[in-house]
Amino acid sequence: MPSRVTMTVNGKTVSREVEERTLLVTFLRDHLGLTGTHVGCDTSQCGACVVHIDGRSVKACTALAVQVEGCSVTTIEGLAAADGTLHPMQAAFREHHGLQCGFCTPGMVMSAVDLVRETPDLTEQEVRNALDGNICRCTGYHNIVKAVLAGAEAMKAEPSRIAAE
Amino acid sequence: MYAFSYQRPKTLAEAANALKAEDAKLLGGGQTLLPTLKQRLARPSDLIDLSAIPDLKGVREVAGGLEIGAFTRHAEVGQSEVVRRVIPALAGLAGNIGDRQVRHMGTLGGSIANADPAADYPAAVVALKTVVVTDRREIPGDDFFTGMFETALQPDEIVTAVRFTKPDQAGYAKFRNPASRYAVVGVFVAKFGAEVRVAVTGAGPSVFRADALEAALAADFRAEALDGVAVDADGLNADIHASAEYRAHLVTVMAKRAMGTLE
Repeated sequence: MPSRVTMTVNGKTVSREVEERTLLVTFLRDHLGLTGTHVGCDTSQCGACVVHIDGRSVKACTALAVQVEGCSVTTIEGLAAADGTLHPMQAAFREHHGLQCGFCTPGMVMSAVDLVRETPDLTEQEVRNALDGNICRCTGYHNIVKAVLAGAEAMKAEPSRIAAE
Repeated sequence: MYAFSYQRPKTLAEAANALKAEDAKLLGGGQTLLPTLKQRLARPSDLIDLSAIPDLKGVREVAGGLEIGAFTRHAEVGQSEVVRRVIPALAGLAGNIGDRQVRHMGTLGGSIANADPAADYPAAVVALKTVVVTDRREIPGDDFFTGMFETALQPDEIVTAVRFTKPDQAGYAKFRNPASRYAVVGVFVAKFGAEVRVAVTGAGPSVFRADALEAALAADFRAEALDGVAVDADGLNADIHASAEYRAHLVTVMAKRAMGTLE
């Protein structure tokens, strides 16, 4: 049954008629054209589809668009500043080459931003444990963990910007 | 997934009324139900999302323990200052369910109503002398889980909260499946005065109490008291992840580890 769903995505209000069974990730990719959010496993395991709902990381393949009615969603497209300046976590992934094929990267970055928001001071082991909902099929974890730790430091240096998200 | 009609009622009464529809199903955080629907393993006529009902949410300290609303998400329980203070082992359990993203969505009521044999919460519900509160009655935690994916709930009954009794000490340890993050075996130990309760999830078709381990710990509440105490593999789960014998062995090992996390 079609239903109108309205939410804020990357700071803009969007409203669409969708079938009620539409997944959030389908809504973002197919209805809004925001293809930065990836579908990896489609079984809630891999984390390639991670977005923020009201600031908290969730798997967009395991939520219905209608469940997110009225919420604020941030995708990887919403992280960089309007002038294209990368979010500190994105910059850290680039600097430390925290990717190989790049398919898992949007989810890794979104999970990392949420993690650092909650726990600014992280050890390497804590990062490894906390990223267990994100799988890198290239097994590029070493640089991903390095990037998250560097991104965490950089986010501390830019508190005002992070708070504005 | 098959089409369904979606509703988000604002009160428990509205939800109960909507649940009268044939083949209606309640939606908690959806972390099990949505994957099930995606695989077309279920075909509900209606999905009734409980997320907009304020009465079902939150942690409250009550005489003798805690009452946690059924729609309280795992992350909230894991991070709750009240839960960490009153029953830290419960906060620890909730904070290690699934992964971070699943914990941001999944709910207490959804987990126990689903009664997955490898879920974490059932171990706490059975160990912590709980009462499962529904829209019509109170069910002792000991009687709530009746089999694999089966509970004492009626088809149209809604879990509203769970009341946990504060133990003197408690601990939980699980041997995690690294892919699914479910418990291959999870053991919750709780001490109430002279009484010791040991609840085991993941090992059998449904959560159960390990009598032999309880007796050993009641006599001597130390991890060493479990040395040589064996659990019968008969009737335990066997799959590609672990044989019944291996799970039986893990029960004692996890119980000892739980004793090492007592708070």
